[in-house]
Amino acid sequence: MAESVVTEGEGGDATRRDFIHIAAGAAAVGAGVMAVWPLINQMNPAADTLALASIEFDMTKVQEGQQVVIKWQGKPVFVRYRTPAELQRVIADNNARDLKEPQTDAERTKPGHEPYLVVLGNCTHLGCIPTFGTGDFGGWFCPCHGSHYDASGRIRKGPAPLNLVVPEYEFLSDTRIKIG
Amino acid sequence: MSAHESTYVPKTGIEKWLDTRLPIVRFGADYMSLPTPRNLNYWWTFGGILALCLVIQIATGVILAMHYVPNTELAFASVERIMRDVNGGDLIRYTHANGASMFFIAVYLHMLRGLYYGSYKAPREMIWIVGCLIFFLMIATAFLGYVLPWGQMSYWGAEVITNLIGAIPVVGEPVLIWLRGGPAIDNATLNRFFSLHYLLPFVIAGCVVLHLWALHHAGQNNPVGILIPKDRLKKDTVPFHPYFTVKDGFAIVLFLILFAIFVFFMPNALGHADNYIPANPLVTPAHIVPEWYMLPFYAILRAIPDKFGGVVAMFAAIGVLFVLPWLDTSKVRSMRYRPAMRTFFVIFVLVGLGLGWCGAQLPDAPVVPGMPSFQLFDGQLNSYLWLTRLFTAYYFAFFLIIMPIVGLKETPLPIPATISEPVLPGGGDAMTAAAPASAEKKG
Repeated sequence: MAESVVTEGEGGDATRRDFIHIAAGAAAVGAGVMAVWPLINQMNPAADTLALASIEFDMTKVQEGQQVVIKWQGKPVFVRYRTPAELQRVIADNNARDLKEPQTDAERTKPGHEPYLVVLGNCTHLGCIPTFGTGDFGGWFCPCHGSHYDASGRIRKGPAPLNLVVPEYEFLSDTRIKIG
Repeated sequence: MSAHESTYVPKTGIEKWLDTRLPIVRFGADYMSLPTPRNLNYWWTFGGILALCLVIQIATGVILAMHYVPNTELAFASVERIMRDVNGGDLIRYTHANGASMFFIAVYLHMLRGLYYGSYKAPREMIWIVGCLIFFLMIATAFLGYVLPWGQMSYWGAEVITNLIGAIPVVGEPVLIWLRGGPAIDNATLNRFFSLHYLLPFVIAGCVVLHLWALHHAGQNNPVGILIPKDRLKKDTVPFHPYFTVKDGFAIVLFLILFAIFVFFMPNALGHADNYIPANPLVTPAHIVPEWYMLPFYAILRAIPDKFGGVVAMFAAIGVLFVLPWLDTSKVRSMRYRPAMRTFFVIFVLVGLGLGWCGAQLPDAPVVPGMPSFQLFDGQLNSYLWLTRLFTAYYFAFFLIIMPIVGLKETPLPIPATISEPVLPGGGDAMTAAAPASAEKKG
């Protein structure tokens, strides 16, 4: 290789040929990447999957102290109408030292609708569904790997790194919410 | 072995015609006459057993795919239809499901054999590395296949394992959505898992070809662990056929008996009853456990208190195997001549079994019920959590600390010059003197 560069370099052929090699190689790589991209991108959510992005829910279906599980984007959503005792406890814990992701209860609810908590029902550890009323903090407990959440859905103990996720939602009226 | 010269002589006209165009008969004949160390013991039969396992899995899998429907509405019912209505379908499915377990039993024994006899050391590093790749692909394939029946364990196993990828900082979430094809495990996920579950076994088969190519280029290891000197090649090796075809064949028969016991008498013993409940995205089974062959790695995942750290540790447990040839500082291959290392090896095997046991338990449960204990950081000392951590520490220490240090510090036993020496007085020369004579008689 080195020899050919020396001998042909005098006529200027080698540099021109090198340029053609590099240009052709770069074009081939570029074309290859562009050809492969659709083959990778096809695995991203399809248009009909994305179309299921939002749902509406009538809050009058939930009684005080009750929890309704609805399915949104294939995932469970907990809609919980909390009792005054539960509310009192989570507000008292707003500054508890064991909060891994410190948040006040007010930051996790909508103003004027504090008793209602709307959270995704998947444990932030590995996605199992926690059950209500069995944990150490008056909230949820995940049976898979032992994460404890309080009644505000905040992680208090166990391997989960984050609070139960509050999805994007709004109150359309006093009794109707739109999730997503 | 690399020095193996072809002894094939085409006899018929067709063979001669073929030999100059596509020497496929020569390839097979050379394979059968490969000089093989004469001292290979039964631990060496698992290679052949594994080849058979792969053939069984592909054959039964292709048949199951003729009846299976990869759709969330129909998958569970189609599997039940295979079990109840398809002619012999229950037998084929049980063979495929238990075949996966048999495959892993054989591969773990095969790997432990390689570990004990130092089969990963120069010049056989590539055999080992390709083997590790095959093992990793096997785990991926088994996981994908377990999702297909779309039962509760299928669904929640997929949920938990794909969530591991979500733990990767920054890119985790987009990659997770890309992998699932939506915000949650759904039809898109099932479809692609089916496609990949069909694909990967053929990738494994391709890797097996590389594994065997490397094996026959570098030559087989043997229980004594020495390279056979060139001038001893005739004396210390025998042709692969009939000596090892028969030995492998006998081992395969024994293995198939074990296989048949599971398929015919206890087909669900290694499965979970929860997987006969259709997948429900709104209810998690009370106790999620993977199949037995993943339990040690699952235990390592749970031993680390940090989510991403657990994922890293789990992959590192497999990743460390790839660099094993460079972690072992000893020049002696076989642990027969490394008494110190042999002790650590036995503990390693027990720790591996212990990790598997821990992986099936609830982490907070006490190991010895009723024994007084105290809180150590995030769990009771008397809990599977801390036992798992102890075992995990040994698992990594074995590869990263014990192997490099023991190799430098230990005093190995004297290594025989030939593989005949330990078993024959005079190093087998008396016997080999007679060997050419008998060959002449046959002549």
